[in-house]
Amino acid sequence: MIPELGHFALVVALGLALVQGAVPFWGARCRDPALMAVAAPAAVGQLAFVGVAFVALVWCHVASDFSVLTVYENSHSAKPLIYKIAGVWGNHEGSMLLWVLILALFGALAAVFGRGLPATLRADTLAVQGWIAAVFDLFILLTSNPFVRLAQAPFEGRDLNPILQDPGLAIHPPLLYLGYVGFSITFSFAVAALIAGRVDAAWARWVRPWTLAAWMVLTLGIATGSYWAYYTLGWGGWWFWDPVENASLMPWIGGTALLHSAVVLEKRGALKVWTILLAVLTFSLSLLGTFLVRSGVLTSVHAFAQDPARGVFILAVLMLFVGGGLALFAWRAPVLQRGGLFAPISREGALVFNNLFLVTACATVFVGTLYPIALEALTGEKISVGAPFFRATFVPLFVPVLIAMSFGPLLPWKRGDLHGAAQRLVGALAIALVGIAATLAVDSRGPVLAPFGLGLALFVMAGAVADLVERIGLFRSPFATAVRRAGGLPRSAWGTMVAHFGVGLCVLGIVGETLWGAERIAALKPGQTQSIRHYDVTFDSVTPRQGPNYRELAGTFTIRRNGQTIGVMEPSRRVYPVRGTTTTEAALMTRGASQLYLSLGDPDPDGATVVRFYHKPLVLLIWLGPVVMMLGGALSLSDRRVRVGAPRPAGAGRAVQAAE
Amino acid sequence: MNRAGRWFGLLVALLAITVAAVVAARAVQPDEMLKDPLLEARARALSRDLRCMVCQNQSIDDSEAPLARDLRVLVRERLTEGDSDRQVMDFLTARYGPFVLLKPPLEWQTALLWFGPAAILVVAAAALLLTARRRKSPHQGPDGGGEDTRLSATEEAHLAELLAAADSPGPRPTS
Repeated sequence: MIPELGHFALVVALGLALVQGAVPFWGARCRDPALMAVAAPAAVGQLAFVGVAFVALVWCHVASDFSVLTVYENSHSAKPLIYKIAGVWGNHEGSMLLWVLILALFGALAAVFGRGLPATLRADTLAVQGWIAAVFDLFILLTSNPFVRLAQAPFEGRDLNPILQDPGLAIHPPLLYLGYVGFSITFSFAVAALIAGRVDAAWARWVRPWTLAAWMVLTLGIATGSYWAYYTLGWGGWWFWDPVENASLMPWIGGTALLHSAVVLEKRGALKVWTILLAVLTFSLSLLGTFLVRSGVLTSVHAFAQDPARGVFILAVLMLFVGGGLALFAWRAPVLQRGGLFAPISREGALVFNNLFLVTACATVFVGTLYPIALEALTGEKISVGAPFFRATFVPLFVPVLIAMSFGPLLPWKRGDLHGAAQRLVGALAIALVGIAATLAVDSRGPVLAPFGLGLALFVMAGAVADLVERIGLFRSPFATAVRRAGGLPRSAWGTMVAHFGVGLCVLGIVGETLWGAERIAALKPGQTQSIRHYDVTFDSVTPRQGPNYRELAGTFTIRRNGQTIGVMEPSRRVYPVRGTTTTEAALMTRGASQLYLSLGDPDPDGATVVRFYHKPLVLLIWLGPVVMMLGGALSLSDRRVRVGAPRPAGAGRAVQAAE
Repeated sequence: MNRAGRWFGLLVALLAITVAAVVAARAVQPDEMLKDPLLEARARALSRDLRCMVCQNQSIDDSEAPLARDLRVLVRERLTEGDSDRQVMDFLTARYGPFVLLKPPLEWQTALLWFGPAAILVVAAAALLLTARRRKSPHQGPDGGGEDTRLSATEEAHLAELLAAADSPGPRPTS
């Protein structure tokens, strides 16, 4: 009964989405307020019915209703409750339902918070949101129905893939989807602006907070996924340039570029056309990511061709929205009025520079991810594009962005002075040089790139702080004045500083982990000791244990530094009998921002166990950086400019001018 | 398709996923490693650029698959026999084709891969410069500042229409 209820709710949601897509759109064309007013209740209803469908599916998983195919395939009655719930989106059908739920959530949010928008803009935006919802509701119902029943219900399920039974993976997909799908709002908004043929102050004011919100969750989502891979896969890697990861990185880079061009649009009314294009592209990249991950095209072109129903459907959706969006852009963009002008050396100029390099970096990931697929489809030739390619191309493209990042906030709008900005960065440069010199002095035989990497990270962090120091006149005026000024700075300025500082932290972590990390691999018997960096690790024992739905072999290791015991680590190897899968549970010991990482291999016939030891200096900064970036985003989102006027319908247009 | 057939397909797919999950993680074993630390370091560096051809996007250094182990041993054998890094890579490419290289060599088929993004950068930068120059010259002051306040043709028409409609009070300043 419950699965049928969910199925039915989804069908109703499809009907509502069609209404939401058609009626307000028509209303906007013939300026009928009654028809346009249908949009908001339809969007809220969409959320309600998709919500019912989703809750129904969660109920099936929690109640272990194995008569439902997806539950049978992905659940088990002995699974802990949290993984029964997380298992809902641990498979194709459920994750698509989550995707649609989040889409409906954003649609409803836009309906609720969009009351201050001009009526036609709001109607068009929600209508476009309705088209997306309709297509994806249809996709689920036709090709990926999660409510399909089995004629004879099995007694037990096949369990969720054990590497997915992890808290990291319980929250990673929802965050990622919140980010991906969050960009649907900017897309709908951009399409609505193209239909109307104008980008006004209300549009400019709206697009940045929504982009920022989506970007924040996407940042956190990618960081969660990376940390999950780091501790789950058992060899301490945190980014593999895997197509699935690239699929999430592309919308993130696109979103970052969009965020920065939206700032120019909001503050200066410039880059209108470019911002619209980026909004279309960013959501297109989100759709592309969904297509890449969900169609099976990544596994092999042949697997895609053999079971094409889903793949072809998503490809058609992709072409409809990307092709349609870009065609509409090509047709309508010339109608848009051009915005304000600026000199090349100015805040706008710096942000254009940022966009240029970000878009190129994004294109590198795009080409690298799709090239093997395209080449094989076209010529049948198989090539591999992996981490070494991306390291050789993506990293050099990102370095200019990092350097320019410190200059941007120091340049005034319209026309700036590079020399003046450079003078204000002397302090940051000095810190970076001291860092380089210190690295060379301490570790002169280390990796060649290490000092420069460290210098760059320090420059980015110090540059972010330099902007703040400059703005409050920390060393020029009395301390009390500086503190008072710091309190008076708009939160968006603090947000920029914090977010840029977070980027520096992340770079520092990457430099530390990749260039100074140490690794030892040894076959040890209980009682033997292995040393890595300053640590002596003694293998004490190995013991079998029984978990709720797995058995494990856990090793106990004592960690000593200078003869003093500082802790015990217990890595293990688990066997999940239902699927016969083995997983590695690495043990982590955090020391400051660095970690000691132990992972257990198989026992030898002669009683020794293969153990991998890693020392990962500053590794935690890799994920702390994105968290700080997200906090910066949150600060900026709480800025007065965004808060004031948002709930006030009439004042929206005026508040922009007041904030100039 | 009948239900039994679909079931069988699902089982095969699940089996494939399970095998892939078992295969994942933990690669280089202590017994493979070379005594000479310099040679071993070179072997590790080379392994990171070589693809485990039965895995999804894993280097032989990361993969636990038997084929990856064979390749790791092979790389070490060649190095012990005195091959240069280049010779090892050439040897493996000749044997397994370019698919084994995680960084594809620059050839005609990969030109777009290597130069595509650079081309985008150059074209976009050139387009930006051209637009900036074109927009600056005709109707803007030399400082490049200020908004373009001129009305477009459609707006002129619209304005004329509005003025005509409100003709009696005469033209008002448009703010």
